[in-house]
Amino acid sequence: MSYDEQTLEGLTKDAAEIIGRYPVKRSALLPLLHLVQSIDGYVSPDGIAFCAEQVELTSAEVSAVATFYTQYKRRPNGEYAVGVCTNTLCAIMGGDEIYRQVSERLGVGHDETTADGKVTLERLECNAACDYAPVMMINWEFFDDQTPESALKVIDDILAGKAVVPTRGANTVASFKETSRVLAGFQDGRADEDQGIGEPTLAGLKVAKDQGWKEAGK
Amino acid sequence: MTDLTPVLSATWGAENSWTLDTYTNHGGYAGLKKALAMEPTDIVAAVKDSGLRGRGGAGFPTGMKWGFLPPDDGLPRYLVVNADESEPGTCKDIPTMLSAPHTLIEGVAITSFAIGCNHAFIYVRGEVVHVYRRLMKAVEEAYAAGHLGKNIHGTGFDLDVTVHAGAGAYICGEETALLDSLEGRRGQPRLKPPFPAVAGLYARPTVVNNVESIASVPAIIDRGVDWFTSMGTERSKGMGFFSLSGHVKNPGQYEAPLGITLRELLEMAGGMREGHELKFWTPGGSSTPIFTDEHLDTPLDYESVGAAGSMLGTRALQIFDETTCVVRAVTRWTEFYKHESCGKCTPCREGTYWLALILKRLEAGTGTEADIQQLLDTCDSILGRAFCALGDGATSCITSSVKLFKEEYEAHVTQGGCPFDHSASALFEYADASDAPAIEEAHA
Repeated sequence: MSYDEQTLEGLTKDAAEIIGRYPVKRSALLPLLHLVQSIDGYVSPDGIAFCAEQVELTSAEVSAVATFYTQYKRRPNGEYAVGVCTNTLCAIMGGDEIYRQVSERLGVGHDETTADGKVTLERLECNAACDYAPVMMINWEFFDDQTPESALKVIDDILAGKAVVPTRGANTVASFKETSRVLAGFQDGRADEDQGIGEPTLAGLKVAKDQGWKEAGK
Repeated sequence: MTDLTPVLSATWGAENSWTLDTYTNHGGYAGLKKALAMEPTDIVAAVKDSGLRGRGGAGFPTGMKWGFLPPDDGLPRYLVVNADESEPGTCKDIPTMLSAPHTLIEGVAITSFAIGCNHAFIYVRGEVVHVYRRLMKAVEEAYAAGHLGKNIHGTGFDLDVTVHAGAGAYICGEETALLDSLEGRRGQPRLKPPFPAVAGLYARPTVVNNVESIASVPAIIDRGVDWFTSMGTERSKGMGFFSLSGHVKNPGQYEAPLGITLRELLEMAGGMREGHELKFWTPGGSSTPIFTDEHLDTPLDYESVGAAGSMLGTRALQIFDETTCVVRAVTRWTEFYKHESCGKCTPCREGTYWLALILKRLEAGTGTEADIQQLLDTCDSILGRAFCALGDGATSCITSSVKLFKEEYEAHVTQGGCPFDHSASALFEYADASDAPAIEEAHA
């Protein structure tokens, strides 16, 4: 492992906290892999060696787990993971065309990273926001109801070094590494940030209110 | 007309709806208070009597699942919440956890008390960072308020809750694959039996339930079994989310008694988008056989949807109008199953690979008539022969669409291409470039 002393010390401290959440050490492996991504921006050979040591597995066993899951990256990821949903519903509602235009603007295809290391583009599978189709995710924040224009605007802002704001979620999109740290189970104090609740989420509630319907027995 | 019944979604419109304060001000944690004064076996009995069935797709009676746990042997037993919502079309658990995470936390506390669990896990998919933030914060708030932790409200009951992020794998929604994943392994399903109730997490007795199932428990305990059974149909009790997406005017979450129909839901959602008509829809996600306008009045409960040849699944109603190419839709779903097949069993791993290959050439207009039969034969080799439900689910949209829209498959063959203008299906205008070379293969 080539981590410097300070990095290794931090990683070791965080790893102990993660392992402490589970009755059995090995359960910590998925969050630990998110943790090493928060340092290296991907699951590096160093990261694999570190995880293996922490949960007492071989590096082959850790690699076998890491390569199973799409969120663990085998090459350095861009600062922004941009994903356009091209599963059936989003694709048909316009996701295919959004992906095509975003890919053209970035000059990269699926699972490729721009030369400046800013953006890694992905064709995403369903991200559980079908009522907001077509959907784009950036570092796992929601960009709902996209059009090619709205998506390209966000992409241009990223390329220009500006912070970007999801349609639901935090006040700004955190970097890939910062997001990975949250996914390792470390709070970043942003849970109360809010871009408002979207219309589809409240659609049924609104109809019920307009009609004066109450749940049974109320 | 069936009324909507907002229960889990009742507080979503409130200011800072995700906080403990808002939840408590709207009567939250009253169910936990009641539950802690009950005998655990009475809670299990109440949930059994309520008729609550698993809201994650399979529809197995929740109380019965809890009842399968062997008698307490003094060693750990676990509750694991399946929050790995990934079935295409399904989008109900994510807004629940984003807008009212305490509904789930309260359900976790009550369920854990009922089944004698002192350490519960919430396995949430990793691709929704703000949901994960909200859940972690909610757990922290619940600890501080004494709803979790040691000696909860002086009862002597201890409960720790760990929120765990997955890392992008649809198969982890299968309960035994989820357990393997939670143990730090590749997410592959386990042979059953033994079922998780007997040997689940760390080979200990484990209950695995969907978010919506667990989030429904506090209301059942607080308001009573009779209240819950007053909603729904004879064998499909209570309320549930109906998630409308696609070519409808107002897509979104509609919380209604089971047994409501698509006709009623469509009316509430403002109908199809202007100037278009319903062509086909999924009643419960992409793994459920598709329906058409013939099924507008089919009651959306487990029995009626089953009798009509599909499954209620997750009540994910993906709705497509007449501009949509069925072959395109089915091809894309099939590519998804191919990508998500875990590789453990041959029928699913090889079968989904060949299905995607055949469908892609059919969609591109380079397939043959024989390919259509080959699709059905391949589905035959998967259905009932795969290790878990992923393989079975992969065949649903193919067999049902060939049955309902065979002429559309044939048209792709005879015309040597797709007869549809894809841009007509989109929600914005653009020039259709689908005659251009196909975009690179997904997940190559």
